Amino acid sequence: MNSNAALELRNVTKHFGSVVANKNVDLTVRKGEILSILGENGSGKTTLMNMIAGIYYPDDGQIFIDGKEVVIRSPKDAYRYHIGMIHQHFKLVDIFSAAENIVLGLEEKGSFNLKKATERVREISAKYGFEIDPEKKIYQMSVSEKQTVEIIKVLYRGADILILDEPTAVLTPQETQKLFSVLRKMRDDGKAIIIITHKLHEVLALSDRVTVLRKGEYIDTVITAETNEAQLTEMMVGKKITLDIDRSEPKNPQDRLFVKDICCVSRDGVKLLDNVSFTARSGEILGIAGIAGSGQRELLEAIAGLQHLSSGEITYIDPESGSEEDLRDKTPLQIRDMGVRLSFVPEDRLGMGLVGNMDIIENMMLRSYQKGKSMFLERKKPKTLAESIINQLEVVTPNATTPVRRLSGGNVQKVLVGREIASAPTVLMAAYPVRGLDINSSYTIYNLLNQQKENGVAVIFVGEDLDVLLELCDRILVLGGGKVTGIEDARTTTKEAIGLLMTKTDGGDET
Amino acid sequence: MLASIALFLQRAVVQGIPLLFGSTGEIITEKSGNLNLGIPGIMYVGGISGVIGAFFYERSTATPNAFLSILIPFLAALAGSALMALIYSFLTITLRANQNVTGLALTIFGEGIGNFFGGSLANLFGEGGSIAMTATSNLFRKALPFAEKLGNIGTVFFSYGFLAYLAILIALLTAWYFNHTRSGLHLRAVGESPATADAAGINVTKYKYMATCIGGAIAGLGGLYYIMDYTNGVWTNGGFGDRGWLAIALVIFALWKPNIGILGSILFGGLYVIYLFIPGLDRSSQELFKMLPYVVTILVLVLTSIRKKREYQPPESLGLSYFREER
Amino acid sequence: MSKSTIKAKEPLFHIAKRDAMPLWKSWLIRLVAIVAALVVCGIVVVLLTDLNPLEVYQTMFKGAFGSKRKIWATAQNTAILLCISLAVTPAFKMRFWNIGAEGQVLIGCLATAACMILLGDKLPTPLLFLVMIAASIAAGAVWAMIPAFFKANWNTNETLFTLMMNYVAIQLVSYFITIWENPKGSASIGIINMNSQAGWFPYLFNQKYLLNILIVAVITIGLYIYLKYNKHGYEISVVGESENTARYVGMNVKKVIIRTMALSGAICGIAGLLLVAGTDHTMTTDTAGGQGFTAIMVSWLAKFNPLTMILVSLLIVFLDQGAGAIATAFRLNKSISDILTGIILFFIIGCEFFINYQILFNKKHKEEK
Repeated sequence: MNSNAALELRNVTKHFGSVVANKNVDLTVRKGEILSILGENGSGKTTLMNMIAGIYYPDDGQIFIDGKEVVIRSPKDAYRYHIGMIHQHFKLVDIFSAAENIVLGLEEKGSFNLKKATERVREISAKYGFEIDPEKKIYQMSVSEKQTVEIIKVLYRGADILILDEPTAVLTPQETQKLFSVLRKMRDDGKAIIIITHKLHEVLALSDRVTVLRKGEYIDTVITAETNEAQLTEMMVGKKITLDIDRSEPKNPQDRLFVKDICCVSRDGVKLLDNVSFTARSGEILGIAGIAGSGQRELLEAIAGLQHLSSGEITYIDPESGSEEDLRDKTPLQIRDMGVRLSFVPEDRLGMGLVGNMDIIENMMLRSYQKGKSMFLERKKPKTLAESIINQLEVVTPNATTPVRRLSGGNVQKVLVGREIASAPTVLMAAYPVRGLDINSSYTIYNLLNQQKENGVAVIFVGEDLDVLLELCDRILVLGGGKVTGIEDARTTTKEAIGLLMTKTDGGDET
Repeated sequence: MLASIALFLQRAVVQGIPLLFGSTGEIITEKSGNLNLGIPGIMYVGGISGVIGAFFYERSTATPNAFLSILIPFLAALAGSALMALIYSFLTITLRANQNVTGLALTIFGEGIGNFFGGSLANLFGEGGSIAMTATSNLFRKALPFAEKLGNIGTVFFSYGFLAYLAILIALLTAWYFNHTRSGLHLRAVGESPATADAAGINVTKYKYMATCIGGAIAGLGGLYYIMDYTNGVWTNGGFGDRGWLAIALVIFALWKPNIGILGSILFGGLYVIYLFIPGLDRSSQELFKMLPYVVTILVLVLTSIRKKREYQPPESLGLSYFREER
Repeated sequence: MSKSTIKAKEPLFHIAKRDAMPLWKSWLIRLVAIVAALVVCGIVVVLLTDLNPLEVYQTMFKGAFGSKRKIWATAQNTAILLCISLAVTPAFKMRFWNIGAEGQVLIGCLATAACMILLGDKLPTPLLFLVMIAASIAAGAVWAMIPAFFKANWNTNETLFTLMMNYVAIQLVSYFITIWENPKGSASIGIINMNSQAGWFPYLFNQKYLLNILIVAVITIGLYIYLKYNKHGYEISVVGESENTARYVGMNVKKVIIRTMALSGAICGIAGLLLVAGTDHTMTTDTAGGQGFTAIMVSWLAKFNPLTMILVSLLIVFLDQGAGAIATAFRLNKSISDILTGIILFFIIGCEFFINYQILFNKKHKEEK
C-alpha cells in the first residue's frame, strides 16, 4: 500500500436491481495529485464516486482513507473524512443564496452567523481567484457560477479529497481553463483530486494519472505522462476502434428542410439558439456536433414543434408535390396533420420518446392511437408492429407486453427507433441514439440510419462521438453556444477541425 | 361603537388562535417537505387528549392543584398529537407512503378518536351525560388581571388565556428559527431539495421526523385551546368543525411564513365572526361570509402561481417522499 | 486529526428498490396487511368492550350482512362510495391530486336539490329527471374544471386548490339551506317534495336502492372501458406517466387535464344526484359525509382499477357498518368506525412499502470490532 494514498478502494461492487453498476473496482488516489477517471457513458464512473461520497452504499468491498478502513454510510460521513463531491447535477437549493448553500449542513460551534460565513467565502474566493457574490440567489446564477459555488462549498468544509463529476460538460473553453488552473492550485496545496470525464484531451492536459473503467469494471491505471490518446481510447472501449460504418454516396439529394435564422430564448432570457440556419437534404445524413448543451436539444425540438421560437423560419418541402410548408410554432399534431412525415428519436428515451411503465404495444400506440374515427383504441396493428420490430431488430424481451422500463438500454432504443422508422418518415431526427448502448446495438442503429438514408430520408443525427460522426455522416454541422460555428463535409474534414469548431463560441462576450 | 370594534377584534383573535396553532404546526411540517393533511385529525386528538388528561386529573383528586390542572392536559395534548404525527411520519418517511392518502387517513382516524372518546368517555367510566371540564377550563381562560381595568385596550390585548399568547410567541419564534438559526436553514433545505440537503450531510430523515412531530404537537395545542378556552371545556362531537382545514388554508395564505400567519389567523377569525357585528345581516349572508377565508386563500394560491415569484412558492419537494438511492 | 477516531461500523441493513414483483405476491402482501389490520381492530374493540374476540367479528358481520335490510344498506353504501371513488380515479391516473371530491359531490347535491325544489312541481317527471341529471353533471364538472383550468395554465397546486373548493362548496350549500329552509327556523330544508315526491328516484322491484346500485354498476363498467380501451383513457395514462412524452406525440396536455377533471367532477355530480334524489331526499352540508375523502383512499388502494374498487369499497363499508353495529350493541359512540377504518387504512398504506422496496441485510466479509 502506498503510504501517500489519500483514498483507496478495494473490490467495490454495486448492483441496481439486476444491473451491475460496479464490479470489483480498485482505485487509489494520492495526496497532491489529480486522478482522472476515464470511461464511456454507463461505465460506472458516477456510481463509483457516489459510493465514496456516501450517496450510494456499496454491496461489497472496502474503502480506506489514509490507510485505515472506513465505512461511509452517508454524505455526512464523507464530509467527516474530508471528502467533497461536486455532482454533475448540482446539489444546490435554488432559493437560497450562495453563502446559505455553502454553510448548509455544517455544524460549526457557536451561534449561526451568516455574515462571518460570507466573509470566509470571500477569503476562499480571493485565494483561488473565484468571482462570486455570496449573497446572490442560486436561481439567478449561470451554470459556471453554480459550479463555483459547489467548489467553494467543498473547500469551505476543508475537503482534502475532491471529486468532480464531468465538471467541464457545461462550461465554455475559457471557463474550463479557469477551472483547470484552480484545480492545479488545489493540487499544489496537497489535495487529492478525482475528476470524471470522457474527454481525452482534458485527461491528458490536466491529470497526473488515469484510471480507466469499462462497463463497471476496473481496467487499469496509467501515468498520464507515459500514455497517449490511442492507448487510453483502447483501454476505454476495449479494442482499437475501427468503426467501418458503411457510407454510401447520397443519391439524388434534394432539399427537404430549410432552417433559417432561428432563435430561441430560455425562460431566464439566455439565448439557446442564435440565428441557426441550415438545410437538410434527402438521402443524406446531416450530423450535428457540439459540446453538451450547445443547443442541440432545442434545435431538434424546435423542428419537432416542441420549442417556441422567438424568430426565424422552418420550412418543409413536400417530396411529392414540392410545395412548401411552414413548420414554425406548429404543434406536433399540426405538423402531422399537414402531411409532414417527421420522426424524432429524442435524447430522453424513457422520459420523452417512450413511456417506461407501458408495454411495447402500448408504446407503439403513442404514434398511431389518434388514427381512425373510432372512440376506441386500435390494438391489432400496434401489436403486429411491435412483433415485427421485436423480430427484425432482435429486441431481447420476454414478450410484447413487457413494460419497456424493464428492457436494457439497447433494446429500449431499438423499440424507439423501430417505431419512429415504421411511419416511413421523410425526415428523421435522432438525438444521441447510441448513448449508453453496447457496440452491437450501436451498429444496429447506424445501419438503420443508413438504410433510411438510402431510402431517401433526410436524416439529422446528433452525436457526441466524433469518430462516429466522421464515418457515418455526409455533412457535419457544428454548434457552439447556440450558434452554427461551421458546416463541414464529413468526407474531407478532420477530427481536429471539428473539435476546434466545437470550442469556438465566439468567445469573449461571456465574461 | 369603539367597544363594539374592540369586542369584534377580541372575538376575531379567539377564533383565530386555533388556526394559528394549526398553521404554525403545518408550516413547520411543510417546511420539511411533508404535506400533512392529517392536521385536522391531529387537532381533534390534541383537544380530546387534553380533555382526557383533565378528566382523569379532576376525578383523581378532590383538591386540584391549579398548576397541575393546567400542566396535565397541556402535556397530554402535546403527547397525543405528537403521537399522531409520529404515525404519519413513520408511514410517509420510513415507509415512503403517499402523503396525501396517509394524511387523509390520519384525519379520519383522528376525528374518530376525538368524537369516540368525546362521546363515550362519560359512558365508559360510568357517568352519563356530556363532559364539561369547567374547572380546568376556567384556569385556561384566566385573563391577565389588569385586562378589565384597561377598557377596550384590555379587551383587545389582554383578555385572553395564556394559550393565546403562547400561540403568537410560538409563531414568532418559528419565524425567527427559520431565518436565523442553522437548524432552521437545514430544515428549509430538506423541504426544498432533500437530495441537496442529504449530500450536504444533513440527516433528512431526522429533520423530517422532528419537524412533523413537533409541528403536529403545536397543531394539537390548537385543539386544546379550542376545547379549554373557546368552548369553556365542553366537548361537542364535531364541534371543532372545519378549523383544521382552515388552518391548512392559512398556511397558503401566509405564504409559508409564520409571522404573516399571525395576522392571517386574526383576519380569518374575523371573517368567521364578522357577520355577528355587521348589523342587518341575515343568516344566509353569514354563510357567505364564512366562505371568504377559503375564497381569499384560493385567490392567493392562484396569484402566487401566476406571478411565480420564487420566494412565495410552496417548498419545492412538498408532497414527495425521499429515497436516497432513487435513480 | 479527527478522522481516525470514527469507528468503522456498518449499518445493520439498507433499503433498496425492488424490481417488479409478481402480481400474486403483491396481492398476498396486501391480504396479509388487511388480516393483520382486522386483528388489531379486534384487539382495540376487545379492549374497549371486554367482549370475546370472536363475538366482535360476529357482531360486525351481522351488522353488515345480518338481515335483508342490512344487506341492502351495505350494497347502497358501497355503491355510493364506489361511485365517488370511480369519480376521482381518472384524475388520479393522470397524477392530478383531486382531493375536492367532497365539494364536487356537494355541488351535485345542490344542483339536484335546486331542480327538485324549484322545478319539482312545474315540470313533467321525465323532463324533471333529465334536467336534474344534466344539472348535477354540469355542476360537478364545472366545479372540478376551475382548479383544472388553473393547473393546466399556471401549474397552480391542485391539491390545495381542490381542498379549498370543498369548503367553498360547503358554505354554498349552507347558504342555500338557509334560503330554502323548511320549516322556517329549523336550519334544514327537510324532506324535499314530501307529498308530491317529485324528483324522487322510483323504486325498482320494490327496492329503494336498486336504481342507485344499477346506475353505479353501469358507471363502473363504463369507466373501466373508458380507461382501458378508449383513446381518452390512453391519453390520461400517458399524461400521468410523463407529460413530456404526451407533448412529444402531440397531445394537448392542457385539454386532457381539463377534460379529465370535467369527467371526474361529472361523476361526482352524479353521486350527488344519487344521494339527494335516490337516497336522502334532502340535503345537508354533511350529505357527502366525508366520503369524498374516503373515496380518494379507495381509488388509490385499488391501484386505480375500477373493478378492484368494488372490493375495496365493500371492505370499507363493511367496517363502517360492522363498527356501527358494535357501537349500537355496546352503547358506544358511532365514531368507533372511523377509528377502525383508520387502522385498516394505515396497514394497507404501509404495506405498499414491502411491495416496492426490499430490505437488504448487510453481510460483512469480516468480523466487526
